[in-house]
Amino acid sequence: MAPALATIWTLARKDLLLELRSRDIVLAVVVFALLVIAIFTFAIELTPSRSRDVGPGVLWAAIAFAGVLGINRSFAIEAERDTLDGLMLTPVSRELIFFGKVLGNFIFITVAEVVIFPVFEALFNINVLQVETIAIALLASVGFSAVGTVFAAMSVRVRSREIMLPLLFLPTSVPLIMAAVESTSEVVNGGSWSDFSEWLQLAIAFDVIFVIASAVLFQFVLEE
Amino acid sequence: MVAVLQTRWIWPGFTAALMALTLWMIFLWVPTEINQGNIQRSLYFHVPVAWIAMVAIILVAVASVAYLKTRDEKWDRLAVAGAETGVIFAGLMLITGMIWAKPVWGVWWTGEAKLTTTLILFFIYVAYLMFRAYFPPGEQRRRLAAIIGLLGAIDTPIIYIGAQLWERAHPSAVVGPLSETDSSVDGPIGTTLMVAVLAFSVLFFYVARERYRLRKQEDEVAELRRAVSLRPASAVASAMGTAGALAGSAD
Repeated sequence: MAPALATIWTLARKDLLLELRSRDIVLAVVVFALLVIAIFTFAIELTPSRSRDVGPGVLWAAIAFAGVLGINRSFAIEAERDTLDGLMLTPVSRELIFFGKVLGNFIFITVAEVVIFPVFEALFNINVLQVETIAIALLASVGFSAVGTVFAAMSVRVRSREIMLPLLFLPTSVPLIMAAVESTSEVVNGGSWSDFSEWLQLAIAFDVIFVIASAVLFQFVLEE
Repeated sequence: MVAVLQTRWIWPGFTAALMALTLWMIFLWVPTEINQGNIQRSLYFHVPVAWIAMVAIILVAVASVAYLKTRDEKWDRLAVAGAETGVIFAGLMLITGMIWAKPVWGVWWTGEAKLTTTLILFFIYVAYLMFRAYFPPGEQRRRLAAIIGLLGAIDTPIIYIGAQLWERAHPSAVVGPLSETDSSVDGPIGTTLMVAVLAFSVLFFYVARERYRLRKQEDEVAELRRAVSLRPASAVASAMGTAGALAGSAD
């Protein structure tokens, strides 16, 4: 178990190092998400009650759209340098490569959220920086990274991959986006854990099912 | 000749006869529903096509698993046939649902759980087919498409649970004149519905089977082209063999 975790961390660390030097992904995700949020502040006249009604939806739509860009980028980098073949040549099982990429993408999305949440809170004047929403954000990031990683590894080989990944990723992530929006809504409207426990269960179920299914199917993605 | 004609026309003939019977039952035989009037007749199309849209994704998933296990191309053809037929039926489900909802509920669209699920399922079918269209043909495309089909099928029940929770959290703004009425499905209405489901199931299997056969012939034509462009005598000889098989399977 421990060597497997070490391998996963080594693989993720490779992506993190690349990212620390280039700052390609997280910066793009943050800027794009903030742009979406900023455009909505013009598109909708924000009264306090309306902010609470539409804010959570705007927040998660922005994160989903921006996240898909970031995940796409993390595989585009591999494709441009043909390093995916290098990864496949390493004496490491496909599942560990999958978990390494998922961990990397999870960290990128989470770091981006650390910036996005406070700015969103300021622009929409609603209090999203709470323990409950942070838990929801972590659950959503796990699911986004798992689904995004398996689909990005496929769509990276298609011409026009920029459009293919969202087409695969967004419909599949709908239950997770629903769960995140609804739970965040409950929290900003003063609800507690019990008010959205069903949505939390849905998010957890989605994460467990898709992490396992994607890990199992990933060996068929990277097969030559 | 006559025998060939007969076996070839059995499926479409049976399907057409059953559809004719269904249309007769829907428009002439079954009495008009008291609360909703004639618009209720769209139910006899809506329910069967919704059922087929769901059956089709199961077909795609089963064929995809079978392909990943056996790597036999026939399973890939079956998955494509299922997805292409499924996307049409999912689209029809959405259209018939909206046509019915406007007069009865007063809105074209609501967050009703089954509608939401079918809409997302429709997008999953579209993504599956677009992926195939963008990807160069070959073993890799078949393999990756199978993964998409399988993940899409795994996702469908989760989407449905999410859509149900969503519907409960947002009671739909249904204000139509008949939004409160409940129609029962027994008696002639139930019988017509059963026959319609059967007829559309037969139609689905007929259309999917035809698509499967067409797909097989497309693959054989592609194989022939490749062989001819390669030239060597042995390849052309084997292409001739395939051509013979093609001629045999054409009828």
